[in-house]
Amino acid sequence: MDHPVSITVARYIVLLPLIGATINFLAGSWLQKTFGKRAISFVGCGVVVLAFILAVRTFFAMLAMAPENRFLLDDLWRWIDVGGLNLEVAFWLDPLSMVMTLIITGIGGLIHIYSTGYMHDDESYWRFFGWLNLFTFAMLVLVLGDNLWLMFVGWEGVGLCSFALIGFWYKVLANTTAGNKAFIVNRVGDWAFVIALYSLFMALGNVGHPTLVTREIAKYAPLLAGMPGYLGMTMVTFVTLLMFAGATGKSAQIPLYVWLPDAMAGPTPVSALIHAATMVTAGIYMVARLNFLFSMAPATMTVVAVVGGLTALFAATVGIAQNDIKKVLAYSTVSQLGYMFAAVGVGAYAAGVFHLMTHAFFKACLFLGSGSVIHAMGGEQDMRKMGALRHKMPITFITFLAATLAISGVPPFAGFMSKDEIIWQAFAHGHTVVWALLLIGAAITVFYMFRQVYMTFFGEFRGTHEQEHHLHESPPSMAYVLIVLGALSVVGGLVKIPDFIATYKPFEEFLEPVFASGPTRAVMEAGIHSHSLEAAFGFVTFTMVVLGWLAADFMYRQQTVDPERFSQAFGGVVYEWVLNKYYVDELYDFAVVRPYQASCRALAWIDANIIDGIVNLAAALTVLGAWLSGLFDAYIVDGLVNAASLVTLDVGGRLRRLQTGSINGYLYGILAAVMVILLVRAMLHA
Amino acid sequence: MGGGIGLNHFLLLSLIIFSLGMVCVLTRRNAIGILMGVELILNSANINYLAFAHYGGAKYDGQVFAIFVIMLAAAEAVIGLAVVLAIYQNFKTIDVDATETLSG
Repeated sequence: MDHPVSITVARYIVLLPLIGATINFLAGSWLQKTFGKRAISFVGCGVVVLAFILAVRTFFAMLAMAPENRFLLDDLWRWIDVGGLNLEVAFWLDPLSMVMTLIITGIGGLIHIYSTGYMHDDESYWRFFGWLNLFTFAMLVLVLGDNLWLMFVGWEGVGLCSFALIGFWYKVLANTTAGNKAFIVNRVGDWAFVIALYSLFMALGNVGHPTLVTREIAKYAPLLAGMPGYLGMTMVTFVTLLMFAGATGKSAQIPLYVWLPDAMAGPTPVSALIHAATMVTAGIYMVARLNFLFSMAPATMTVVAVVGGLTALFAATVGIAQNDIKKVLAYSTVSQLGYMFAAVGVGAYAAGVFHLMTHAFFKACLFLGSGSVIHAMGGEQDMRKMGALRHKMPITFITFLAATLAISGVPPFAGFMSKDEIIWQAFAHGHTVVWALLLIGAAITVFYMFRQVYMTFFGEFRGTHEQEHHLHESPPSMAYVLIVLGALSVVGGLVKIPDFIATYKPFEEFLEPVFASGPTRAVMEAGIHSHSLEAAFGFVTFTMVVLGWLAADFMYRQQTVDPERFSQAFGGVVYEWVLNKYYVDELYDFAVVRPYQASCRALAWIDANIIDGIVNLAAALTVLGAWLSGLFDAYIVDGLVNAASLVTLDVGGRLRRLQTGSINGYLYGILAAVMVILLVRAMLHA
Repeated sequence: MGGGIGLNHFLLLSLIIFSLGMVCVLTRRNAIGILMGVELILNSANINYLAFAHYGGAKYDGQVFAIFVIMLAAAEAVIGLAVVLAIYQNFKTIDVDATETLSG
C-alpha cells in the first residue's frame, strides 16, 4: 500500500464525462440544431458508457491482482504546493472507489440512456445532458480523488450540478426554490466538512505530518490517538463529528435531510441519478473511505448509528402518508440512507457499502419506473389518480415490483442480502436501540412500498378519461433500462449471501483491504458471531416484512380494512402530522428562514435609512460647502480681482492727463525736474 | 593760467552752447530743428569732457568719452532722422505740434 501501482486509466474514466459536458455545453445547441437530438444522445451517453467499459476493464485487471496490491494511483500533476500542504491532482483506485466508480458509471450510464427517452421532447435537451455529464464527472472526482481536498472539489461539484438539475425547469418558481434549498442546505454541511478538513490538517501538522492525502492520513492517523481537540472532545472525535455533519447534508440525514424530498422538482432521471448513483452516496462513501478515523472515535460512531437509525424510521413514517409517487420514493431514499449510516455507524462498513450498491440498483429502478408511469400519465404524479396500470404497462409493472421486493428485503432479492445484514449487524454490535429502530423501519418500508404498488398498478383507474386513453408502455430506451435495473434488483445481491445460509461473500472480501486498519478491524470484529442467532434474527426481520406487506395488502389491494380508520385515529392529528412531514419544513421555516429573512429586512432597513442617510447627509453637506465656496469665489475672490482692476483703471485715468503728446511740454518737464534736483542738491550741500 | 585761456573759458563756452541748444530744443517746432538743438547740447558736453581732460588729472578718459558721445550722436541722428521721416510720411509735416495725437 505504500507503493501504489501506477496506472493511467483512471484519468480517462474521469475525463470522459467532462469531455461530454464540455461538448454539450459549448457546442450542444449547435449540434442539436444541425444534427438533431440524436447527436446529443450519442455524445452524452457515449462518454459515460465508454467510461463504464473502461471501469469494467480496470475492475477485471484489479481482480487479477493479489488483494494486497489492489491500490492503483494515477498521478496527473502537482496541484497545490504551499508550505506543508502538498497536493497532487491524482486519482486513487482501490476496491472501494472501484465499486463506487462502477456504480456511478454503470447506473449513471443507464440513467443517461433512459433520459434520451424521457427528455426527448424537451427543448434544452443538450443542456440536460451537459449537466448530467458534469454531475457524473464531479461524482467521479469525489470518489477517485486521492486527497480530501480533491474529494471536496467533487463534493462541491455535485452540489452545484444538483442545484442546476433540480431547478432544470427553471420557469416554474417551485423548481428553482427547490434547487436553492438543496444548494443552501448542502452548504451548511459543507461548512462543517471544510472545518473538519482544516482541523484534521492542523492536527496532523502538529504531529509532524501535515497532509490531506487519504492514504497518508491512514498511515499517520494512529498518531492522533488521545490528542485533545475542542469542546472537550478528542481531536479525532471532533473531526469525525464535523465530517459526519457534512455527510448529513450531502446524504440527507437528520437534521439536514429536508432538501432531498424537494429535489423531486427536477426531472425524474435527475432524481434517480441523485438518489441512486451519485450525490447522496457521497456521505456514506466518505465515512467508509475514512473508516480508520471513524473507528478511532467510538462517540462519533454511536452518533452516526443513532442518527442513521432515527432517520431510517422517521423518514419511513413520513413515507406512509405521501400521495405523490416521487415523494414516497424520496422519503424511502432518506430512510435507506439511514440504514447505510446505521451500518457504518455500528462498524459494519462493508455492509453499508453493500447496501449502497444494492440500493443504487433498486432505487434507480424504482425512480425510473415512476418516471415511466409519470411519462405515461402525462406528467401526473398523484397516486390517487392512478391505478390498474399493470395491464397497460407490463414491463414497468414487473420491474417496479421486482425493485419493490428488493427494497422490502424479501429473499433472495438484492435488498434482502444487504438490509438483513445491516439489521443483524446493528444487534450484533450491541446497538439494540438502533436495531429496534431499523426493524420497525423495515416493516414500515414494506408497508409504504406496497401501498405505492397497489395504488399505482392495482385496483381501478382513477384518472381522467383522456389520461386513460393516452396510457402506453414507455419507449424502448426507457423499457430496456428498466429491465436491466430490474434484473440487477433481483440478482445484484448475490455477491454476498448471509453467513447463516452459505459462506459466500466475494463482495466483502473484495473490500477487505480498504478496511484493514487496526481500529477498523477491531470495530468490525467486535460483537456477536453466531450463525444460529443471526438466522433467528433474520426470521424476526422477515416476519416484520410479512406483517408490513399484510397491512398494505388488506388496506390497498383487498380493501377489507379502510385506511381511513387509521388516519382518523386520535382525531386525525397523528395523520395530519405525518402527512405534513411532522411540520419539519415549517419548523425550519420558522426557526431559520424567517429569522434570516427578518434580519435581511432589518439590514435592508438599516441600509436604506441609516447608511443611505449618512451618504445623503454627506452629499448634502458637500452641496452646502460647494455653495459657500461659490459665494466666496463670486464675492471675495472676484471682488479682489475686480477691485485691483478698478483701481488700476482709475489711477491710469488720472495719470493719462500727464501725457500731452507735446514734445516741448515734456522737455520743459525734464528741464524743470533737473533744476529741482540741482536745487535740492545745492540746498543739501549748503 | 595767468592771463591765458583757462578751464573756465571752456566751461563758459560750453555753457553758452548748452543754453543755445536748450533754447533751440525748447522753442523749435520743426523736428529737425529740435534734433539740431540736441546736437548742440551733446557737443557742449564734449567740450566739457575735453576741457576737463586737458586740465584735469585724468589722461585720456575725456577724449575716449568724447568719441563715445560723437558716436552716440551719430546713431541718435540716424534714428532721429528716421523718426522724422516716418512722421513726415504720416502727417505730411514735421511740425511737432501736429504730432500731439499721442496725448492721453
